[in-house]
Order: sequence, then C-alpha cells, then structure tokens
Amino acid sequence: MKSLLKMTWMETKLFLREPVGAFFTLVFPLMMLFLFGSIYGNDPSPLFNGQGTIDVSIPAYTAMIIATTGLMGLTITMAAYRENGILRRLRTTPVSPLIILIVQVVVLFLMTTLGMLLLVLAGKIVYNMHFDGNPLNLLMGFLLSSLSFFALGFVLAGLMPTARTAQVVGMMLLYPMLFLSGAGLPRELLPETIKRFSTFLPLTHVVTLLRGLWIGEAWGQHTTEVLVLGVMLVVGVFISTKTFRWE
Amino acid sequence: MNTIVQVEGLRKTYGPTIAVDDISFEVHEGEIFGMVGPNGAGKTTTIECIEGLRKPDRGKLRVLGVDPQLHGHLLRTRTGMQLQQSNLPDRMKVWEALDLYSSFYPRAVPWPELLGQLGLDEKRDTPFAKLSGGQKQRLFIALALLPDPQLVFLDELTTGLDPQARHAIWDLVRKVRSNGKTVLLTTHFMEEAERLCDRVAILDHGRIVALDTPAALIQRLGAEDRITFSVQGGLPPSFEKALSGVTRLEIQGENVVIHGNHRNAVPLISQVVNQLTEAGIHFRDLRTGQPTLEDVFLELTGNEMRD
Repeated sequence: MKSLLKMTWMETKLFLREPVGAFFTLVFPLMMLFLFGSIYGNDPSPLFNGQGTIDVSIPAYTAMIIATTGLMGLTITMAAYRENGILRRLRTTPVSPLIILIVQVVVLFLMTTLGMLLLVLAGKIVYNMHFDGNPLNLLMGFLLSSLSFFALGFVLAGLMPTARTAQVVGMMLLYPMLFLSGAGLPRELLPETIKRFSTFLPLTHVVTLLRGLWIGEAWGQHTTEVLVLGVMLVVGVFISTKTFRWE
Repeated sequence: MNTIVQVEGLRKTYGPTIAVDDISFEVHEGEIFGMVGPNGAGKTTTIECIEGLRKPDRGKLRVLGVDPQLHGHLLRTRTGMQLQQSNLPDRMKVWEALDLYSSFYPRAVPWPELLGQLGLDEKRDTPFAKLSGGQKQRLFIALALLPDPQLVFLDELTTGLDPQARHAIWDLVRKVRSNGKTVLLTTHFMEEAERLCDRVAILDHGRIVALDTPAALIQRLGAEDRITFSVQGGLPPSFEKALSGVTRLEIQGENVVIHGNHRNAVPLISQVVNQLTEAGIHFRDLRTGQPTLEDVFLELTGNEMRD
C-alpha cells in the first residue's frame, strides 16, 4: 500500500514534468474552449437542438482528453518504460507488476479528471455553462470511457515493438478519430456519409455517451455506447494481460 | 564458509544457440565472485538465471538456500540487483528514486545514508537524465544496497565508464564486501576481475574454462615475465642466443618485447641488462611486466577478446 501511494505520487509528478503530455491533457482543451467560446459564445443554437456551443463542447473535449491520454500518454509511457529498461529495473524489486499497471491507470485517470474539471470550471466561470444531467451518471460514463480507452492504450503498448512505433500508430489512430468522432469539432458539422462511417470509431461512442449524459438522457438511451465501450474494456484488458512484456 | 549461491549443471539455450552449457560453481559468503569472459560468453544469461529473471532449461540453482524460480519474491526482497541496460525515468530525481524504491522493501536502509556513502549528496535533486555514466552507476549501486541485501548482483558495472569513475566504483564494491555482503559480478574487463575479485570464473562459449583466485590462475599459467625496451639500430643476432629461458622475442621497429620463464637461475631481467651493457647497445624505456589475467584468458581460450 505504501509503495502504491508513493508510486502514484511519483508518477503524477513525472506526468506534470512532461510538458507535452500535460499540455494536451490540461492546457490544449482549455485553449480550444476559449477559441470557440470567443467565436460562438454560448447562446442557444439551432444546430445543437437549442444547446449552446460551450455546453456541447465540454463533454466533447472531455472525450478528446480521454482519447489523447489513452492513446498517446499511456501508450508512449508504457512502451518507453519497457524499451528503456525502466520496467526491467522495477522487476528486480518485490513490487508486483499489477501495482505498476494500476498506478498508471490511477494517475492518468486523475489527470484526465483534472482536465475535465478545468473545462467545467472555465465553462462555468466564463461562459455560464448549462449542465442538466446527473453528476454521478456523468462520472460513471466518464469512468467507463476512460478505462476502455486506457485498455486500448495498453493493448497498443503491448503490441508495438518500440516506443517510436507506438507513438506513430497511436497518432494515426488518434488524429482522424478526433476530427471524425465529434470530439474535436461537432459531428453536426460533418456530411452524412462521414457521420455514418464515424459510428465505427470507438471515440464517437464516448462523445455520444458523454453528451447524452450531460443533458440528462437515461442510460437506456445509450445501451449501444455502453455495450461497445464495455466490450472494448473487457477485450482490451484480456489482450493486454496476454501481450504485457517486461522487456 | 557458507554457500550463498550454488549452481549445478546450469544450461540455457535460445533456439539453436547454446548460451550456457553445463555450468557449475559456488559463491561463498563474504566474497567478491566474478564471472569474466568476452561478450556472448554466457555471463549475463548465467547471472539472470541466478537472479530468477530467466528460467534455466536444466540444472539446479540455490540462491540464499532457495530456488530462484519458486521463491522469486523472497530473493527480490533480500538481494540487490544492478542490471545491464536498465534505466529510471529521465525526469526522476536521485532522491525520488531512492525514496520510491525504499517503499518496496520491508527493511530498507535509510536512503539519506546511502546518498552520502555513494557520494551523491550534491546530486540529490538532479534528474536521472542529467547524471553522468558514473553517477548513474553509483545510483544503481545505491538502489541495489537499499534492501540491506545479503547478496548483491552487479552485471557489467563499469562498462562505458572512464578510468577514474571505474576506480571509484571498485572502491565502492570493496566497501560493500567489507560490510559483510557477498558480491556476484560479471565483467569483460580482465583488469577489473583481477583487481576486484576474490575468485574468478573464466567463461567462454557458455562454459567455465577456469575457476580460481586471480593470483592462482596467473601462477598456473607458468608465470611468464615480459621485458620491453627500445633500441636504435636493432639487436645483433647473437643477442637472443646469449639469454636462457626466453620463450618468445618480438621486434617491432625500435621496440623489443622479450617473453621469458619466471623460474630462471639468473633472473631474465639481469641477463638482458648484462647483455645490453656488454654489447654496448644503447637502450631506453626498459620496463618489466608480470603476466595478467588477460594473458591467462588468451592462453586458455586461444582467442582474442571479442568486444
């Protein structure tokens, strides 16, 4: 337990010292929010069924943080830890590999949560954000989405031979997904064919789920999303336990 | 003398390659035991089997009285390991690494003490990536000493270090032994093995070709002396014939190297100096050298050090 806490604190500090990761999780989404907030404000818009741009964007940018953290932060960290012999060094100690993995999940979840809180805070203070959902439901949806994307990150880290390839493949998956899933820009702006294609992207389900829970829709309206993300989580955990390598 | 490590008939193959082929030896409590040999001789595979990081194909291993494969957790708690090719995160500071790794062990040595002992006090707040090679190795020794281990593994400890850093590390390892700990190390520097180890196993092609104290290994070689000097204008042909006990004479330009038997009635060095003086040959840079472990290695394996 002592090592779990120590390691969590250590990895949190390391995360914040890594400027690129911290920027994309904590700063970049805020910049997006202020950019589009200053263009469109948060007045009710017919494009979003009477919701404001900011109200739609906060859950979408939260999905962006989840995907960035899972596919970039986690993947690169784990692949680099393996490639550089950091896992090798840990392996010579009595600490269990499970603890090492749990710590990564806990730290990245905390950072993702922090990223979302900053968005909510900015939305509340600057743009008079509206939230009509149940906070607990939203948190549950956020947790499910985060864990399923982290599982995907672990799979990627396990399958990719080097940190460099993990980074490239992570980026190749992440960037198209950010534009097509509605995380980076609203799906309402996309043409019908692309919209149809984008339902195959896992991130689309995160965006749909979080936007739905944000305006108070019931879980029953989102069985598809919950099912897709749940399966992704279970299969991801299964594959990553099979593909985990110390070196 | 207590046996700390017992290896019997260890064998490990990677596909068609036989990395370790039927190796047996024991490491006694309180000694520095070295495995030396060229890269690819099987040193690291052997030490990683003993550490429990690799599973041997065959053979019996006992480390601190237990089988490393069955009691890995116990071994990781009571031994300290320094590995070839391991790292810490770039931005982790020295004190943070020691503090974090302390939390893994039930009875960790207070790390601020180790920081001082290893001369890392001033580097306390330095990130890992900013340390020099020697400082990184000292930090890894500190991490290996954290669990207050009975047995310390050091794999290629000084590879890539400059001579000064290497000597500093040797002093540290001797200090570790004088604290009653047992050290099992690998190196491909014969000089390191000769200066540091109480006993040495010479490995080549996955087998032990010799195992003894460095002095005994050198003694067994037949103790050849080596005399080198420079002359201008070469040596007369009669010169070599006048000496007794010469095994080999090499002339490279102005430089002369004479190899000769150590057990001579008249010491070879006196003969050489007498002959040079009598013949009126002007010489300079006269030096004598005793055989080293490297000579033993070359003799035993009949090949060059493969780096």
